[in-house]
Amino acid sequence: MLLEIKDLSIEFHDHDVPERVVHDVSFSLAEGEILGIVGESGSGKSMTAMAIAGLLKRHDVEKKGTILFEGTELLHASRAQLRKVQGNDIGIIFQEPMTSLNPVKRIGWQVEESLRIHRPDMSKEERRHRAITALSDVELPNPEQVYKKYPHELSGGMRQRVMIASAMICEPKLLIADEPTTALDVTIQLQIVKLLQRLNKEKKMAVLFISHDLSLVKRLCDRIIVMHNGDLVEQGSAQEIFENPKECYTKELIDAIPRLEKLV
Amino acid sequence: MLMKSFRKKYPPNFVIGAVITVVMLLLILMSFFYTPYDITKMDSASKLAAPSFRHLMGCDNFGRDIFSRVLKGMENTFVIAFLTVVIGTAGGVLIGAFTGYFGGWLDEVLMRIIDVVFAFPSILLALVFVSIFGTGRYNVVAALGVAFIPSFARIVRSEFIKYREMDYVKSAQLAGVGRLRIIFVHILPNTFTVLMSSIMIGFNNAVLAEAGMSYLGIGVQPPDASLGSMLSESQTYLFSAPWYAVFPGLMIILLVLGFSLLADGIKA
Ligand SMILES: Nc1ncnc2c1ncn2[C@@H]1O[C@H](COP(=O)(O)OP(=O)(O)OP(=O)(O)O)[C@@H](O)[C@H]1O
Ligand SMILES: [Mg+2]
Repeated sequence: MLLEIKDLSIEFHDHDVPERVVHDVSFSLAEGEILGIVGESGSGKSMTAMAIAGLLKRHDVEKKGTILFEGTELLHASRAQLRKVQGNDIGIIFQEPMTSLNPVKRIGWQVEESLRIHRPDMSKEERRHRAITALSDVELPNPEQVYKKYPHELSGGMRQRVMIASAMICEPKLLIADEPTTALDVTIQLQIVKLLQRLNKEKKMAVLFISHDLSLVKRLCDRIIVMHNGDLVEQGSAQEIFENPKECYTKELIDAIPRLEKLV
Repeated sequence: MLMKSFRKKYPPNFVIGAVITVVMLLLILMSFFYTPYDITKMDSASKLAAPSFRHLMGCDNFGRDIFSRVLKGMENTFVIAFLTVVIGTAGGVLIGAFTGYFGGWLDEVLMRIIDVVFAFPSILLALVFVSIFGTGRYNVVAALGVAFIPSFARIVRSEFIKYREMDYVKSAQLAGVGRLRIIFVHILPNTFTVLMSSIMIGFNNAVLAEAGMSYLGIGVQPPDASLGSMLSESQTYLFSAPWYAVFPGLMIILLVLGFSLLADGIKA
């Protein structure tokens, strides 16, 4: 198993009453697999993803359980230990293309940042070459042009592709995609999903795809996890979940799929 | 055509501010190498002489050339204000960046200290500092610089609190970018626009604060000149030699005005 999560609980202590946002969640992810996490807003999907990415380092967050990445414990690992695994083996893309790129840095610089950290022996020319290859890998037209641009000069869909390129540049084994398409319009959504599918096949990279859009999840994922109020309510293969949902919450979710699917 | 696009690009405030500032800077630059008269040379024959071609701004009560002293005074005022802002910005950026980015107890402790310091007007702090360490140009710089740190620290801190939650910072963290690199390379450049305008405002406040301190007699010491000390010395002769007060005062106004207009223009 690439990733094994056992009894993950996350509690916030920044208010008077502790707030438990993820409760005893366990699941695993195999190499090269695409796993979907679905659930309504506030169900704890992002928090789960953040925990896997080691981005819940705040002192007012209490975390319990274990997260094993290729056998290494991540949840309670020190910063130095995390640094070795992360960035190199785990990449992340976020929901909001407006805030996921640094507005004052050129695209090329941002895409190369992981290389500067994890491949310090690489020459400037090599890095540039790798970055441009990565940009053309995510099907951006004129990658040399994009390399020199600033984020505000790109559209939302292009920015999301740049994000994917910079998350992929060190060829991670796991890509966490937290609602990568929510802010985009429908045709671009499909393009991004197809791109992720292709990259998953070509690079043998596992994907943790978070979304509240069940129709996209159905299209993309091998297996699906359903979350509700911080609990994992159901998990199974995509087919099982869609054809034979056991929990009524899952049924409700499926019934709520926009009729768009049928229109297309 | 050309005029029109120029006007669109540079609002009149900005142009006026830029012209004033450039002229002032040139005068200050000149004063490093050349003043028409030696600023300490007394000439009893021309005590409190009115402006003339020989003495463009007249002479003071010792018969020293006011134009030369105004030039030197501007230089002193400018250098002190500049160094004050440098210290204030450097200290403020360091404290603001670390407290804002890390939060926690470090933030609590440093910000409480800053709150206490900030509760006093900066000129009062500088007064206390000078009364402990003595007067003189570099003590004034140190005093004002330290007194200016809190306001910069607060501004930078609130910027860092905003930016540390940005997704691009999170992905840099995930990519294993070191914390110092995130603070100074990833986040700091984002605060430059805000920092720039507070530097401009801070510079103006520093000019006024220096003038104020020298006016009170705890800044630049005679026979050296500063705009503030000249203003203070001229008081006695306000009626017999009004030009003695007018020119240093005018220069303070121009220095501050030029910078304010420039800052406004840059902001817009
Ligand atoms: N700083 C915080 N303090 C307390 N609770 C928080 C904090 N941040 C998030 N939460 C809570 O954590 C819960 C889970 O949030 P999370 O972001 O994981 O939801 P999500 O499933 O990703 O939703 P969405 O689809 O809207 O992105 C929410 O109920 C939210 O209110
Ligand atoms: Mg979310």
